[in-house]
Amino acid sequence: MNANAPLLEIDGVSKRFGPVQALDRVDFGVGEGEVVALVGDNGAGKSTLVKTIAGIHSPDAGSIRFDGETVTISRPQDATALGIATVYQDLALCDNLDVVANIFLGQEAISGGPAQLTRQLDEAKMEHRAAELLSSLAVTIPSVRSEVGTLSGGQRQQVAVARSLLGEPKVVLLDEPTAALGVPQTKQVLELIGRLRERGLGVVVISHNLANVFEVADRIVVLRLGRAAGDFQAEGTTEEHVVAAITGAGGNGGDSAARASDEGEGTEPQ
Amino acid sequence: MSAAESATPAAGQPQDEAGAGAGALRRFVQGDLASLRVVLGLAVIWAIFQFENDRFLSAENLTNLMLQITAVGLISIGIVFVLLLGEIDLSVGAVSGLAAAVMAVLNVQHGWSPYLAILVAVLVGMAIGLLQGSVFSRFGVPSFVVTLAGLLAWQGALLQVLGSTGSININDPKITGLANTFYSDAVGWVIAVVVIAGYAGVLLAGYRSRIAHGLTGESVTPLLVRVTLVAVVTLVAVAVLNSDRGVPLALLILLAFVAGFEYVAKRTRFGRHVFAVGGSAEAARRAGIGVDKIRIAVFALSGTMAAIGGILAASRLLAVNQSSGGSELLLLAIAGPVIAGTSLFGGRGAVWTALLGALVIGSIANGMDLLALSSAVKFMVTGGVLLLAVIVDAIARKERQAVGRV
Repeated sequence: MNANAPLLEIDGVSKRFGPVQALDRVDFGVGEGEVVALVGDNGAGKSTLVKTIAGIHSPDAGSIRFDGETVTISRPQDATALGIATVYQDLALCDNLDVVANIFLGQEAISGGPAQLTRQLDEAKMEHRAAELLSSLAVTIPSVRSEVGTLSGGQRQQVAVARSLLGEPKVVLLDEPTAALGVPQTKQVLELIGRLRERGLGVVVISHNLANVFEVADRIVVLRLGRAAGDFQAEGTTEEHVVAAITGAGGNGGDSAARASDEGEGTEPQ
Repeated sequence: MSAAESATPAAGQPQDEAGAGAGALRRFVQGDLASLRVVLGLAVIWAIFQFENDRFLSAENLTNLMLQITAVGLISIGIVFVLLLGEIDLSVGAVSGLAAAVMAVLNVQHGWSPYLAILVAVLVGMAIGLLQGSVFSRFGVPSFVVTLAGLLAWQGALLQVLGSTGSININDPKITGLANTFYSDAVGWVIAVVVIAGYAGVLLAGYRSRIAHGLTGESVTPLLVRVTLVAVVTLVAVAVLNSDRGVPLALLILLAFVAGFEYVAKRTRFGRHVFAVGGSAEAARRAGIGVDKIRIAVFALSGTMAAIGGILAASRLLAVNQSSGGSELLLLAIAGPVIAGTSLFGGRGAVWTALLGALVIGSIANGMDLLALSSAVKFMVTGGVLLLAVIVDAIARKERQAVGRV
């Protein structure tokens, strides 16, 4: 999948919160039709990196290139305008509204003609487009008019992902999409991620679950204590290699273990 | 997986026809069919009062009932929107009294034209709502505290505006006519036809729009049932009203506001955003909805409707006095929609619950008056009904949570 044109390239990005160096000269990238898993221990900087790409944090140093051009992402709207959609772990769905209403929340279709004056909703148009979108993703929900609160966790995740596609993004960032899901629901979500790849989207997935990561990812990027600690092609890599990079036991570069004991993090006795 | 099967989810049909009965029962318990529950409750209430006093269901008394519920129903419309946000507005009673007093003072003491006096009174209500909504959203003060402070302050303002007389009689025919105009039989029937045709037209337009977008799943039968139901209720109501004084203007005003704001709540972007903020303010904010703007607009709407309700109440009473908008008006205006199925917890409800709720509460008050029960009994019964409604709302919410719905 390396042959794919790079969509998003992060070059030496650093971010510091007070005394904490959350990101330290991180390089990262995702190409068209590529699924990149971002793994690492708690506090490794995964969320900070994703939030930096999504425009919630602005980086202290480094550059971001999108579609080959250097860009500045200082607000979430900047990321959205570029074509970067983010699905956060808490999904941010309204449980009291149905699937159509949630997918179009904040960007509702408005009727034409005199009804436009009252900003009348074009329900039929929204329902039609939502059904189209969901069926193109083969999302499994009982009805687009189901209240989101009645759906299972996996279905809610799929709705949240479908919503992020409404603005025709090129890159989708998924924060822990399979956390707290059962086995069949996890499978649904992983299949959905596969279909995003088929559409030619660049997908970045944060996950703790290495089995899931190996199932869906083309490339696995390991962060450790704010630094890139490994970049593996999923094919031909074993879980042991990745775990070693995550924990800093050997991995690539002999400095990892030394760094870990220097900073006294992650290796503390129970 | 059943990908192919769910690839056509647009049908909007119930998932399992076989389990429809059980599904209806479940929805009944979970509060989705609250309206049916309330209609049954209303039927029971009417049967009991009719049994105790056979004048209860007479045309004259039913016409009186319609006039009695107008002011409360109008105020409740604003309350519905506030409840949809999951907030509360305790100032609506006081605001209705103050707005009526402003109208009376301008019209009677300063000789303003009735239209201008009414307009200013409505604007006063709107401005109060804007102020309270802004304080609530800007400073994050709980809405019940802001509006409780408002309740006291606007009651004081009412006394101030009325001045030393403490009471102003209204005799401008334009104002008194609001609650005391009745239409002839012929006009009544024309209104009935317009209402039925309008309702059928709205449903037909929605159906055709769905067809145009290739959504053919919905069958025509439920639409026909709904039109028939509305037609029967409308025709019976007009027949009953015509056999007394005729269709009252006040009722038309109430129905027009209910229909208009039902449209706003269910069919417009503003209404959708109100539901979204009530369901999850955080999700709404992340979707780019201006949560503060929605909140301020809803409180402004609540103040506006309170003022309009107050004007109708003054028109019916032919006066404004120190107790205008006081007493149990506030609690009845909040209790009505809750009894009829609008949740106190936000995100669930409908504008027509303002009408249905006012009808239930109005019927109880009217019936107890006919039976000449004391105020003591009336207060206790009304309090009991409100408590019952809130308990039913809370149970419905728990049931929803038990099955993973919030």
